[in-house]
Amino acid sequence: MSGILVLAEHKNGELIGLSTEILGAARRLADQLGEKVVALSLGSGAGEAARKAITYGADSALTVENPALDEYSGDAWVAALLAAHKEVEPSIVLMGQTMVGRDLAPRYAVRAGTGVAMDCIDLSIEGGKLVMTRPVFGGNAHASYTSKTSPAVATVRAKSQEPLEPDPSRSGEVKAISVDVSSRSKVVGREEVKAEGIRLEDAKVVVSGGRGLGGPEGFEQLHQLAEVLGGAVGASRAVVDLGWVPVSLQVGLTGKVVTPDLYIAVGISGASQHVAGITGVKNVVAINKDKDADIFKISRYGAVVDWKPFMAAFLEECKRLKA
Amino acid sequence: MALNIVCCVKQVPDPETPASAFRVDEGAKKVVPAPGIAPVISQFDAIAVEAALRIKDAKGEGKITVLSLGPDSARDVIKHGLAMGADEGVLLNDQALFDGDPFATATALTAAIKKIGDVNLVLCGRQAVDWDFGVTGLAIAEILGWPAISITKSVTVTDGTVRAERVLGDAFETVEVPLPAVVTVSNELGEPRYPKLPQIMAAARKQVTVWTAADLGLSPDQAGRSGSRLNLERLFIPQVKSQCEFIEGDTPEEMAKNLARKLREAKLI
Repeated sequence: MSGILVLAEHKNGELIGLSTEILGAARRLADQLGEKVVALSLGSGAGEAARKAITYGADSALTVENPALDEYSGDAWVAALLAAHKEVEPSIVLMGQTMVGRDLAPRYAVRAGTGVAMDCIDLSIEGGKLVMTRPVFGGNAHASYTSKTSPAVATVRAKSQEPLEPDPSRSGEVKAISVDVSSRSKVVGREEVKAEGIRLEDAKVVVSGGRGLGGPEGFEQLHQLAEVLGGAVGASRAVVDLGWVPVSLQVGLTGKVVTPDLYIAVGISGASQHVAGITGVKNVVAINKDKDADIFKISRYGAVVDWKPFMAAFLEECKRLKA
Repeated sequence: MALNIVCCVKQVPDPETPASAFRVDEGAKKVVPAPGIAPVISQFDAIAVEAALRIKDAKGEGKITVLSLGPDSARDVIKHGLAMGADEGVLLNDQALFDGDPFATATALTAAIKKIGDVNLVLCGRQAVDWDFGVTGLAIAEILGWPAISITKSVTVTDGTVRAERVLGDAFETVEVPLPAVVTVSNELGEPRYPKLPQIMAAARKQVTVWTAADLGLSPDQAGRSGSRLNLERLFIPQVKSQCEFIEGDTPEEMAKNLARKLREAKLI
């Protein structure tokens, strides 16, 4: 057998959005290659997730419905993935660039005797081979890889692929497999992160400030704007280093990766450190005095202007529009 | 059990480099260094060294070896680790080891870890800030057959066990594994300490051990580009259709109104 194996991550049987996107990508690749798509889901609710995966494009699914897999464990999950690997003998394995995928994909690739391209934004077939393209150097460049070994393994960035419309009439075999879920690691505690307002990572609108604001006071207006727009406030590393805002607001390579519908960058020059955190954002609005600032190169709208009077008027206009 | 820590560090182009100074040689599939901007230690790796130093400070014992794979200039990142307080430095400097994928790099680093001997904890940054894979640390663990904890914000060692807090986005999860183990460290751990002048001077005098592929017992097909499982087919600067629409207006206030109107039309606010 061969095929494209997709890790279908789920919460209580409900597929995560990224898994539906990867299933869509897998379907398109499989149709070009004349292969099948096999979904794998693990833990309680795996059967439900497997049936949904079929409606989103999988031909069949494997499940390990063992509660020991409800929480991610590197050892147990890699054992499950290797068991599925043995069933499918895949030519391609895809999973999400999630906290699971980041940890699982490298472990699995080494054990399966192959390589892995992380955080891919484009997958295509050239000459019968999977070409995996990923941003590197903070998104300044893209690198395309093929795998010398089989399977080709990739993790996929959220919102880089389109899901299919789910088709409830699609059917396929769902097969339970069993695996040794023992683990050398032990989870001894868990602390939920208290969300103050909207989490940066979840926000639909992010208003971010950089050194161009001139001081920490500038963030006051950014907070007001974020509130009006129902969004969250972010910051560049430079202003975090200056102590103007806490590190929890940092967007970028060593900060948070955000994917809002709208990202408003105020007084941010656009160093690759920062841009690395917003490469997936389609609608960047840059407000900067310097018309040559790099941030404009990745922006959809730009305003070359002194931020202070501009933002005051913009805040008022937004309030009026939202009223 | 004496604690013997290896920190893997990488020299990278400074990520604060403006995008406009960034160039690639598409033929050679390499990044052209930005003129006048010195390479730096990969930020997450400096944080891994910080994690090692905190463990050593807490236990009052332990040896920290800073290990890097790279050309002569990578000596600087080893010296940076030594100046922070690490004890020894090892540089894997051999053309045969360069330009590998994370698997080939992990193969070389693992051979060095074995050669250093009696290592019971390996700390790496969560990912290198140039190629951004986030694979090498976990691959080292897999090649060694050791347990691993990735993307952590604190690391402590007690009685043959390493405990680390994983950063999960919506939660922190505390995980324990027995030593020997590999842990990758994230920025949430906190700022790496800044080397003081006397430490920088002391580090400058320290010898860095240099090993080649042959010293590691690696054949050419196991290392570098030949030992890679991935082929880098293309490296290119993505075509940004400089599509930025600049907002017009005679005054900042007028521009603000125009922008708000545009965003409204685009259904973004």
